Amino acid sequence: MRVTFTVNGSQQTVDDVWEGESLLYVLRERCGLPGSKNACEQGECGSCTVYLDGSPVCACLVAAGQAEGRTVRTVEGLSDTGLDPVQEAFLDAGAVQCGFCTPGLIVQAHDLLERVPDPEDAEIREALAGNLCRCTGYEKILDAVRLAAARRTAK
Amino acid sequence: MTTVDMRYTGSALDRVEGLEKVTGRARYAFENFPADLVYAVPVQAAIARGEIRAVDVDAVLEHPGVIAAIWYGNAPRLVPSDNADLAVFQSRRVAYRGQYIAVVVAETYEEAKEAARLLRVEYAAEDHDVRLRADHPNMYRPEKVNPNYPTDTEHGDPDTALTVAPVLVDATYSTPAEHNNPMEPHATVAEWDGDALTLYDSTQGASGVRDTVAPLFGVPPANVRVISPHVGGGFGSKGGPSPYVIIAALAARHVGRPVKLAVTRQQMFAVTGYRTPTIQRVRLGANADGRLTAIVHDAFEQSSTITEFAEQTTTPTRIMYAAPHRRTTHRLVRLDVPTPSWMRAPGECPGMFALESAMDELAIACQIDPVELRIRNEPDADPESGLPFSSRNLVACLREGARRFGWADRDPAPGVRRRDRLLIGTGVAASTYPVYRRPSQATAQAHRDGRFTVRIAAADIGTGARTVLTQIAADTLRTSPDQVLVEIGDSALPAASLAGGSMGTASWGTAVVRACEALVEGLDRRDGDLPAAGMESSADTTEEIGAQRRLSRHAFGAQFAEVGVDTDTGETRVLRLLGVFAAGRIINPKTARSQFIGGMTMGLSMALFEESIMDLEFGDYLNRDLAQYHVAACADVRDIEALWVEEDDPHLNPMGTKGIGEIGIVGTAAAVANAVHHATGVRIRDLPIRLDKLMR
Ligand code: FES
Ligand code: FES
Repeated sequence: MRVTFTVNGSQQTVDDVWEGESLLYVLRERCGLPGSKNACEQGECGSCTVYLDGSPVCACLVAAGQAEGRTVRTVEGLSDTGLDPVQEAFLDAGAVQCGFCTPGLIVQAHDLLERVPDPEDAEIREALAGNLCRCTGYEKILDAVRLAAARRTAK
Repeated sequence: MTTVDMRYTGSALDRVEGLEKVTGRARYAFENFPADLVYAVPVQAAIARGEIRAVDVDAVLEHPGVIAAIWYGNAPRLVPSDNADLAVFQSRRVAYRGQYIAVVVAETYEEAKEAARLLRVEYAAEDHDVRLRADHPNMYRPEKVNPNYPTDTEHGDPDTALTVAPVLVDATYSTPAEHNNPMEPHATVAEWDGDALTLYDSTQGASGVRDTVAPLFGVPPANVRVISPHVGGGFGSKGGPSPYVIIAALAARHVGRPVKLAVTRQQMFAVTGYRTPTIQRVRLGANADGRLTAIVHDAFEQSSTITEFAEQTTTPTRIMYAAPHRRTTHRLVRLDVPTPSWMRAPGECPGMFALESAMDELAIACQIDPVELRIRNEPDADPESGLPFSSRNLVACLREGARRFGWADRDPAPGVRRRDRLLIGTGVAASTYPVYRRPSQATAQAHRDGRFTVRIAAADIGTGARTVLTQIAADTLRTSPDQVLVEIGDSALPAASLAGGSMGTASWGTAVVRACEALVEGLDRRDGDLPAAGMESSADTTEEIGAQRRLSRHAFGAQFAEVGVDTDTGETRVLRLLGVFAAGRIINPKTARSQFIGGMTMGLSMALFEESIMDLEFGDYLNRDLAQYHVAACADVRDIEALWVEEDDPHLNPMGTKGIGEIGIVGTAAAVANAVHHATGVRIRDLPIRLDKLMR
């Protein structure tokens, strides 16, 4: 089948998509956007988190066909101008190690701050509980989210 | 030994590849797209032991997109080697359930997956044996344990000493099989050009993969190039090539096109290694004042029928505490299970769970504070080899940790502190990890514009290797980090040891320092402009490391945990976790702190969640995904902190580092279990600390 959707601001048409393919697969293998990661393929790790019409979803759980006519934003398109404050904070706080969980976490944290500009620690932990990171022990990821929140509210 | 001047080493430089990672531009193994590529999906054995009678290749070739199906019956022969795990499709035998026995190659991933699912395999199954028990009749004494330690050690007369000891602890502990589960599943893209093979692989050591893979295909190592600039974690499971790498290369050669192969999360539970389950008996004999007279630590472990992997479980006991009479042993049984492999602090991690739990039991038996008990048994020199320690600051870590944690005046009585529904307790345990260093090579090049390039086939699996090597090079070259480009993650670069054994910085850093020193000397001697090609120097540390003085080199640490156990549900939460480490000089406090805390969190995860359950009926691990194999999530971690004590050890390497990748996970589970005992009065000797064990 053919799927047409908007990714990071530009319209994409992908042909010969098999009905069972996930949005994640189409992004990574067919659209040249491997920033979103595949770490479990079944909704358990959050590595594949992208925005679908403004809501964060596990792209591995969305059938490619469901994206038809809709808008997708991935880590590659989070900011039109340089770095988003969340990306910047992940860099500055040292919240990145191997980096495999990072794109999903950044999208998830971005969404949290859009909804809750000044979250409590418990809210951050809960919001990010679906994004597994095996390297950092999460501490610096928390630091990064706090830092991004502080910078966003200061602006 | 010459040492590096500290200017940038010791500073919190931002991760040099951080920008690529936060923008999604960093390319991992599976994200390479050579022209004309095809997808491979391997098929796993559905029996735990037996033979493959037949595979119906023809039927799947009819499916859309399918290019080939390869198994023993039609696979090209590999050159025999002593690594039976890598001899893929070279025999009809099935050694464990989940073993890769065939592969389907197709135009798209979905076509390959579907055909792999439909591939009909006929087996002749045999009875399997997958249950580890200490009294297994086939337990044997391996000749050595990993990487090259004596299997057993004995000093004095431990049996008599235990009989006459005024205080005796005799307890048996167990740790389950655990799976590394790095977030990036193992993946490779294999491409042949004539007799030359390129592998984009997710590996902890490009040079090692090249050297292992090349002979299997009968080509010289120079014909194989392994590229892995970014690796999404490994924790030991990407230490050497696993069977999937060989399958990808074999399939690519067979079909004459580049092949992409990703191990799925579910498959990882059979084919990319795991930590062996252990059963450990610890006996401690002591005087009433807590001074140890005897330590005996016996470990029972498993390996597969095809490969002997003998984990060094009791080796930390050989160096931890003073006692005149002592014995450590390892016994192994070969079962119809997947081959175990390295997982973060193999040996030390499960071994120290047992020893440090037993020390807590001894503290209670002697009515001595557990911090004080450890200090009382501090040895002057390595208790078994008699060698001096290059430095040993366990006591400093215990004291500093106790101070920071607020340990003083702790009431030792178990089960008496309540906060709402919670029973509260605190526990302590020591950590240790050996300091290894392996020969490596490096080059350093000065460019005419004042910039430098340093090259070494090191791996950054998330540790921060690229960043700390940049700092080390900048200091040695007397320049700033932004003038230095460090190239790693490619076997075409000067050969290097793998990212494992917490020895990356020590091994690669030494080579980088020597290459940079030689370059500085060359530049100092020269007047006038550099030629267009700049100037390059190289180093090989084989001799330097071979000549190093014999000393007992280890990092130490102390971990303190506070837990709350819900009296209604039995659920345990780690409310506070503090680690204090003595690990030589810390090159980068930002990346180091994250490494320590990451290790401690994996230790918390080991204490409370991680457990691969063997299905005795079918003979494989039952919980094969992240929904059923739990690893600590963000909400499982509360207040966690890692600190280090200053340690200036001149006997290590030019940087004065000890390695920090693994020590963080060592001792954590014991600290948590000891805290659970303090909270509830229930001693959990079998990990993980599940609520049903507390509710009994
Ligand atoms: S890959 Fe989608 S949740 Fe893990
Ligand atoms: S940084 Fe490696 S999984 Fe999070």
